[in-house]
Amino acid sequence: MRLSPDQMIFWQSGFARLNGTIVFTWVLMAVLVVVSTLITRRLSTGMMRSRWQNLLEILVTGIEAQIAEVGLKHPQTYVGFIGTLFLFVATSALSSVVPGFEPPTASLSTTVALALSVFVAVPFYGIAERGVGGYLKSYLEPTVIMLPFNIISDLSRTLALAVRLFGNMMSGSMILGILLTITPFVFPIALSVLGLLTGMVQAYIFSILATVYIASATRVQDPPTTP
Amino acid sequence: MPIDWFTVAAQVVNFLILVWLLKRFLYKPILKAVDAREARIAKERADADAIRTAAEAARADLRKKTEAFDQDRAERLQKVAAEAAGERQRLLAEAQAAADTLTARRARALQTEAEGLSQALTRRAQDEVFAIAGKALTDLADVSLQDRVCAVFLQRLTELEAGAKTALTEAARAGDAAILVRSAFDLTGPQQAALQSALQEALSTKAALTFEVAPDLVSGIELGVGGQKLAWNIAAYLSGLAAQVEEVIKARDRPDAEAVPQIRKAAGA
Repeated sequence: MRLSPDQMIFWQSGFARLNGTIVFTWVLMAVLVVVSTLITRRLSTGMMRSRWQNLLEILVTGIEAQIAEVGLKHPQTYVGFIGTLFLFVATSALSSVVPGFEPPTASLSTTVALALSVFVAVPFYGIAERGVGGYLKSYLEPTVIMLPFNIISDLSRTLALAVRLFGNMMSGSMILGILLTITPFVFPIALSVLGLLTGMVQAYIFSILATVYIASATRVQDPPTTP
Repeated sequence: MPIDWFTVAAQVVNFLILVWLLKRFLYKPILKAVDAREARIAKERADADAIRTAAEAARADLRKKTEAFDQDRAERLQKVAAEAAGERQRLLAEAQAAADTLTARRARALQTEAEGLSQALTRRAQDEVFAIAGKALTDLADVSLQDRVCAVFLQRLTELEAGAKTALTEAARAGDAAILVRSAFDLTGPQQAALQSALQEALSTKAALTFEVAPDLVSGIELGVGGQKLAWNIAAYLSGLAAQVEEVIKARDRPDAEAVPQIRKAAGA
């Protein structure tokens, strides 16, 4: 039994190989970009607009509102990164209903890549907002003793991000496969619906956690007020 | 489960490419469209606010003008009504005055006409009466009447009041002019002599008498000395009678004259 689309090899040349994860990711990327391009090609700025434009507007402004709710000051700066995280993970989960399509997020390589992206993005946005000194200083807060724990916290949460998403997505596919061999009729459909819900929840959790991490890195602490 | 680090690297690159592509084709156009719509809505609201403000200003202006117009109209109506009332009063007063004038003129005309008619009638009657009386007395006048006239005249001369007699005496003495005796008929010699002696005695004067015939006396004798005059004749009686008749006619015409104010009052009501 194949546990990950990584094991689906299409082409290999030495170290480099084209596996299912990469190919399915490209398919998803193509779908996202093509659909976006088709819809945003004719955008209306008036009161009358198409249903698809409405859908995308709701999606984008919803993501923006979520980012703002977490506490980031300029949501438009982060909407590209966090919104793409959400859309990629969500469409991956949705794609699991397509027969023969393996969601790329069911591969640990993909989730690790996404977690590493978040791991890099947090200091990137932190330094961009507070400067190198300001960002590094946050590791020494509230005291110097906390430095190792802060570093461990960063690493562990990255690992947690990767494993959580992978576990949920892989388990969904896995349980579906196992159930199909046991009860091949109605039951897998119910679990498939449940898997879609879980996928949406995971997409939300992943992106909101990334937002929280970025927010904690970019937040400038107010100086303590003297009574 | 082993991690394929090549796949991890490839997925990181894929993810970054996806971020860039979605930024380019999804987020930017959508956010731009949303911003443009919001700006447009804000502009439309601002325009609507401006239009509403202008409309409110126009409405306030119109209301103000309407109120001013109403007030002006009311004032004008009031003024016109007052002028009309004044004009009515004036016209009524004019009509009243004209009516009064006409009434008074008519009353005067009537009065004048009545007076004229009355006077004419009176004069005619008087003339007729006096003519008849004069004719009757003239027809009756003769020497014997002349004698009676002289006798009566002489009697009156002797019965003259002391004051009148003194005045006549002083006039006869002061004036050198002759004493004029006028009579309706020629006096006979004895009558003249009797008169002369009686006068000279009564007036204590020697002045000569001048005799003159005056038919207008009808019958009687008139004595003139200086500015004084003593007479007894029928014409004097007739004159007294005419004066009394005149008084009676005037007293009868008076109620007609008093009727004029009553007519005026009736026209004013």
